[in-house]
Amino acid sequence: MNLPELGPLWLSLQLAAAATAVLLVLGTPLAWWLSGTRSRIKPVIEAVTALPLVLPPTVLGFYLLLLMSPRSWLGGLWVEVTDTTLTFSFTGLLIASVVYSLPFMVQPLQAAFESLGRGPLEAAASLRASPLDAFLTVAAPLSLRGFLTAAVLTFAHTIGEFGVVLMVGGNIPGKTRVISIAIYEHVETLRYGEAHTLAAGLLLFAFVVLVFVYVFNRRLPVHVA
Amino acid sequence: MSPEPEAIAIAGTAGCGSAASPALEARLEVDVRVAFDGFDLQVEQTVPAAGVTAVFGPSGSGKTTLLRSLLGFEAGSRGRIALNGDVWLDSEAGVAVPPHRRPVGCAFQDGRLFPHLDVEGNLGYADRRSTPAPGVAASITRDDVVDALDLGPLLDRRPGTLSGGERQRAALGRALLSRPRLLLLDEPLSALDRRRKAEIMPYLLALHPRFGIPTLYVSHAVDEVALLADRVLVLAEGRVQAFGGTVPVLEQLDLAPLTERFQAAAVLEARVNAHDDEFRLTWLDLDGQRLSVPRIEHLAVGESARLLVRSRDVSLATARPSPTSIRNVLSGVLVSLQQDESTAFAEATVDLGSHRLRARITRASAAELGLAVGSPVFALLKSVSLDTQAGR
Repeated sequence: MNLPELGPLWLSLQLAAAATAVLLVLGTPLAWWLSGTRSRIKPVIEAVTALPLVLPPTVLGFYLLLLMSPRSWLGGLWVEVTDTTLTFSFTGLLIASVVYSLPFMVQPLQAAFESLGRGPLEAAASLRASPLDAFLTVAAPLSLRGFLTAAVLTFAHTIGEFGVVLMVGGNIPGKTRVISIAIYEHVETLRYGEAHTLAAGLLLFAFVVLVFVYVFNRRLPVHVA
Repeated sequence: MSPEPEAIAIAGTAGCGSAASPALEARLEVDVRVAFDGFDLQVEQTVPAAGVTAVFGPSGSGKTTLLRSLLGFEAGSRGRIALNGDVWLDSEAGVAVPPHRRPVGCAFQDGRLFPHLDVEGNLGYADRRSTPAPGVAASITRDDVVDALDLGPLLDRRPGTLSGGERQRAALGRALLSRPRLLLLDEPLSALDRRRKAEIMPYLLALHPRFGIPTLYVSHAVDEVALLADRVLVLAEGRVQAFGGTVPVLEQLDLAPLTERFQAAAVLEARVNAHDDEFRLTWLDLDGQRLSVPRIEHLAVGESARLLVRSRDVSLATARPSPTSIRNVLSGVLVSLQQDESTAFAEATVDLGSHRLRARITRASAAELGLAVGSPVFALLKSVSLDTQAGR
């Protein structure tokens, strides 16, 4: 059995970790807003957030490719500022992954925040906690399970993405060749041994992560309000 | 509610309202309107910010909405709210102070302790964030609160492991430690069974005399209001029905429809005449008539005691009865007899001089006795038992 290069694996892990970190920062306030708002545009924002769930990855990838190409406003701006192109780069992949995995971060968080109810936050406000204070000291700790679920789903989903990556990133070793692309290429070139090793590794990884989540989730206290 | 053994509940009223004479402007001005589908609340009432004011009314009367409006949780509130001149809401001027900037503390009906913190953590949460405003609350310390509510043994417990009564005590402590200038108690006893209520009542009674924070006590239970409040604001269907001292307001007859569901009762204020050590009794004087109740340990001769007499614990007679085991017989004049043709019962009101007593009797009895408005009657108060914890 030929051992495959481990480069694509590391790249996938880096990409997933970065996408999860970015989405924690962007998705948390979005989920928080969605859970509390009575705005009339809430359903529209919810629909946009959920789009990546239903769109074929190639459709999403296609539009992201157009958006990031040097001829679009975003891609052009990027070239001007950084002197590199966004397409076929790690940064481009990261942006695409963030869009693609957005619902996997936002939806579990929104559900967790909504299940808190207004009680704990009103209690915090009546004790002089500002809204940010109340979020950090009451809502967030009471939503730990939601955060765990959201982070793991986002991470795993990013690891497994294929269509969007192929459209936006291509297959450049060390830059955009992530594990799913590498497996595809191994199969295309009939190198089943390497494909097996990577595929089995990914399968094992997914299983271990899920077991870890379920065990950890059981240990986290359930807070009954 | 199931029948309860006590015919008369007693609370000492000697200490009420005596804590630190309130400044002239110590008042809560409320002129709010809150409307949502199918319900609107309109309350215009200035309430002295001193002592304990009960907000009393049946469920759905708007008590909780009023409370939430004071806390700043009802975004649709219009009008004006000001405590001692500090404006919390003035919708015309576009002022709506956010909830966390209002110096008001609240013990919620369900406690609302933070489940991820132990009792110590819950108290600390309030303690750290309170900004000692000038006033009586500034001097409250954590140790005071722990001592007053016996929270010591509970400090390292999580809310999930506390009984209903313990949870309420912790919630009261947390609200006190936010050092509020106005304390709101939202039906703190309603989620508790009878025994737990009796456990919490002494703490509630001791709260205001000890800490002196002006308190609004929201309740739909006549007995709680009678024992705890200096004055009562009666709400029904979103409107103020009455406001005034506890005794006169609870005597008002037109409140009967509101209170009946929760056991109509009258509140009497009597003076302690003497203690009888041999039979362990306390003799009370009520407008010249004598009453005896089981020994009240916490009141001295000359102090006044507040009695709650439920109408179903009062029987009527047209002549003073020959000796019976009922010790308390009061003479008065029948001033009204309301017969409800759809039931077996009639509600009689007896004037005792400066107090009125209500009796729930059967219509058949009323007919057999030939009761008529204006005729003299004797009211028999059934066995008097004392909740020995109702005051300390």
